[in-house]
Amino acid sequence: MGTVAAHGLCKSFGRVQALDGVTLDVPDGSFFVILGPSGAGKTTTLRAIAGLEKLDAGSVHLDGRDATGDAPAARDLAMVFQNYALYPRLTAYENIASPLRARRCSASEIATAVERVSNLLHIDRLLQRRPAQLSGGEMQRVALARALVRSPRAFLMDEPLTNLDLKLRVEMRTELTRIHRGLGATFVYVTNDQVEALSMADRVAVLKEGKVHQVGTPAEVYERPVSQWVAQFVGSPPISLLACHAEGDRLVGAEGWTLPRPRGTTAEDGRTLLLGLRAEDLSVETRGEASLPGELYGLEPLGDRTVVDVRVGTTILKVKARPTVTGTPGERLRVTVDLDRAHLFDAGTGLSLSGAGR
Amino acid sequence: MAVSVNEAVSPGPVQDHPPPARRSSGRGRAMLEVALLTVLAVVMLFPVLWMIETSIKENRDVYAVPAKFFDFEVTLDHYRDVFIASGGGRSALSVSFLNSVIVAGVSTVLATVLGVPAAWAYSRFTLRAKKDQLFFILSTRFMPPVVVVVPIFLMYRYVGLIDTALGLILIYTAFNVPFTIWMMKGFVDEVPAEYEDAAMLDGYTRLQAFRKFTLPLLVPGIAATAVFALIFSWNEFVFAIFLTSSENVRTAPPAIAGLIGGTTVDWGLVAASSVVFALPVLIFAYLVRKHLVAGVTLGAVRR
Repeated sequence: MGTVAAHGLCKSFGRVQALDGVTLDVPDGSFFVILGPSGAGKTTTLRAIAGLEKLDAGSVHLDGRDATGDAPAARDLAMVFQNYALYPRLTAYENIASPLRARRCSASEIATAVERVSNLLHIDRLLQRRPAQLSGGEMQRVALARALVRSPRAFLMDEPLTNLDLKLRVEMRTELTRIHRGLGATFVYVTNDQVEALSMADRVAVLKEGKVHQVGTPAEVYERPVSQWVAQFVGSPPISLLACHAEGDRLVGAEGWTLPRPRGTTAEDGRTLLLGLRAEDLSVETRGEASLPGELYGLEPLGDRTVVDVRVGTTILKVKARPTVTGTPGERLRVTVDLDRAHLFDAGTGLSLSGAGR
Repeated sequence: MAVSVNEAVSPGPVQDHPPPARRSSGRGRAMLEVALLTVLAVVMLFPVLWMIETSIKENRDVYAVPAKFFDFEVTLDHYRDVFIASGGGRSALSVSFLNSVIVAGVSTVLATVLGVPAAWAYSRFTLRAKKDQLFFILSTRFMPPVVVVVPIFLMYRYVGLIDTALGLILIYTAFNVPFTIWMMKGFVDEVPAEYEDAAMLDGYTRLQAFRKFTLPLLVPGIAATAVFALIFSWNEFVFAIFLTSSENVRTAPPAIAGLIGGTTVDWGLVAASSVVFALPVLIFAYLVRKHLVAGVTLGAVRR
């Protein structure tokens, strides 16, 4: 068992409202990612679950039991901190053994558990070193081992990969997913990196300014963002947004273009809208019925693909293209739009108008 | 407290490498600098030197005119007199020194035991009007202690603390606690709170987390703070002379001051007891100098 539930968490630091009614339900055994920009309240949410922050309002339930007032030690959770928080005076072995020592396990139990987890994370050679003698990646593994050395209700991870270099981060992503599968335990994972969220999560909660904007599977969050903001935050290159308004079944752009209105969207005539188009749903090569006139602004070759910047009016569209694509800036071209995958947002509220039909 | 870092930490050589002579006048300038610094050093150190000389001179040499700088007979009689009474047994001065050790030691321990947890609390927790509280604590040090001598004398007489070691211990602790809180808060601020967070998730209580993981990291800071508190209590004169009178309670500063006066002054004894009085603080500061420097820079500079 290992369900974590937070209901209406509120927390302010002075005049800053860090959490403004955060509600989350983390199912047993899931890899639950809390995604959001810095300052969104992700870490505060995690610390509230861990019992490290006193809440102004709201409750935390662990395995269905109210644990709001419980001390961190009583919650049976393990946490990996962003800056690892390894005890500087202790060796890696003693760091990893700390949760077991706190629980008064016997020396032989501790030795067995530390050996098991250090083999799992390939740090058996480092056990006698102190944190100062470890590299960033090694410290990260030791911090992870300190959490994994016992089997708590759930693992809380606060941006554990942020301080690693890119190559190591990609490696550890795979490894964490592997560990999660192997343990079948509940992970609550905080990150501001949408790639981490999409690649590792079973479920993603998108947080902004202390509020949960959307909860769903990575696919749901990517394919059906509830708001312009979520659409922009998730996905790389970022989604392109074109200002327009509806006229019957057509969308008329501020720059004069017209497109058929995407199916399943609802919009009153005349209201200002934003048409959201992801790079992979645009093309400069195929010729379809729905297309936008523009001019080539720049090319961004990325090896496996090239991102073509196309200027439509005053907006730059990011278009995914084959790596062989060529062109000269200023060249006029048409961008084909896959309208079935387009998103429509209300420019005023930012909310999605792509309705239930999708 | 009127103790600066320079007093507590012996300053390094004044000038390791004189600036290289750049112009023809450079050499002259360097010599002038050395000469000035030498004069300064002599002026500063002469009283100390004279005190040490006097303490090992025969009484007749102490009063010799012209003064004898080198050609006197060395004697340790004065040092013997500091500790042993003329008829045998312990001297009054040795009792005063013992009192000083007890009063300064106990008040330093008390101030540390009270101040360190308080500093930790002020550093870690959000408290109502925390800044105002901290300012209030600091403000108790704005006032010169001598201002409150009379009210405290009256209060002490009323509650029966006049002329007791406990009375001195309490007043020194009261003056040291605010200082300890402020200095230690700087050190606690430097230790990331995450260690305690991690320890609490490991399964320790908050106090265990503090004791096992934060406290060991605070040792240099505690050593530095305790030395300052100890120096204050050891050197304190005003309260000691007003609040105590009997020989078996008096601490060393008023006892030494009491040697001066009367018809004849035994300057040799005064000098010897002054040397004995100055030594413990110097030795103690020397022993913890590593912590002291680490502590002072850690707490003050890295902000």
